[in-house]
Amino acid sequence: MSLQEFFAMGGYALYVWTSYGLTLLVLLANIIIPVIQRKQFFVNALKKKR
Amino acid sequence: MFLVPDFVGRFFHRMASPPHFYAFTARLMPWLVVIFLLLTVAGLYGGLYLAPADYQQGDSYRIIYIHVPSAWMSLFIYMVMAIAGAIGLIWRIKLAEIVAISSAPIGASFTFIALFTGSLWGKPMWGTWWVWDARLTSELILLFLYLGVIGLYGAIDDKRVASKAVAILALVGVVNIPVIHYSVEWWNTLHQGPTVTKMDKPSIHVSMLIPLLLMALSFKMYYLIALIQRVRVELLQRERNSQWVKAMVLENKQ
Repeated sequence: MSLQEFFAMGGYALYVWTSYGLTLLVLLANIIIPVIQRKQFFVNALKKKR
Repeated sequence: MFLVPDFVGRFFHRMASPPHFYAFTARLMPWLVVIFLLLTVAGLYGGLYLAPADYQQGDSYRIIYIHVPSAWMSLFIYMVMAIAGAIGLIWRIKLAEIVAISSAPIGASFTFIALFTGSLWGKPMWGTWWVWDARLTSELILLFLYLGVIGLYGAIDDKRVASKAVAILALVGVVNIPVIHYSVEWWNTLHQGPTVTKMDKPSIHVSMLIPLLLMALSFKMYYLIALIQRVRVELLQRERNSQWVKAMVLENKQ
């Protein structure tokens, strides 16, 4: 199977890759958001100290 | 608790203590991420590359490797949320309350993914993005339940009170879980019946089943990782006036 064939997904590329792409976005967001919130918490807590 | 070995009891007792939980999960995280990545790479390689195309649906069926595990997670996380909520309600364990509310956005995300990928699978196979059939409608209600939990928690300032309200809402919503699970058997719907969780033999070929199960495990690991991330933030915010958080802020440790 060539790389082009793989990405073509037998003509269903739009449906398959949109599904996988959106899933990746949502799952990434669920990790990034709490990490940013934690960093923010320490920044704010330090500001209050000063 | 004489039925539980002593060290197990001690482990859970320690884990319910916020500073211990915070420190322990920091050390645990890299291992969880490695296991998650291994499962995901293996699952995607098996599902997208090794597994053959479906004899009826061609390559469009490959959406199954995220659609079905997401749908399973949407139910699993709801049960975790309801049970953790009940534990918080009965024994007033702060960590249980936090696990319950931290599960809600992750569960909502998986429910959204299940609905969205189902729609993208339904269009080429059924010829429609959406139908008001029992499975799709009950899954949509699940999304609203999750959003209701998140909204209710945000609307109440006292987080201990908010946790109680949220636990009750989550427990009432548990009625929806068997409805979703059995909807394809109770009603004759457009959504296909179960192919994996059938009592006799799964009607899916092993070359497709293995990557599907790997992705299901991968999503379970993902949930654990995302849950821990959210629980740690929520712990910091709720315990911001306690000694252990103040000490960490002073030492600028994260």
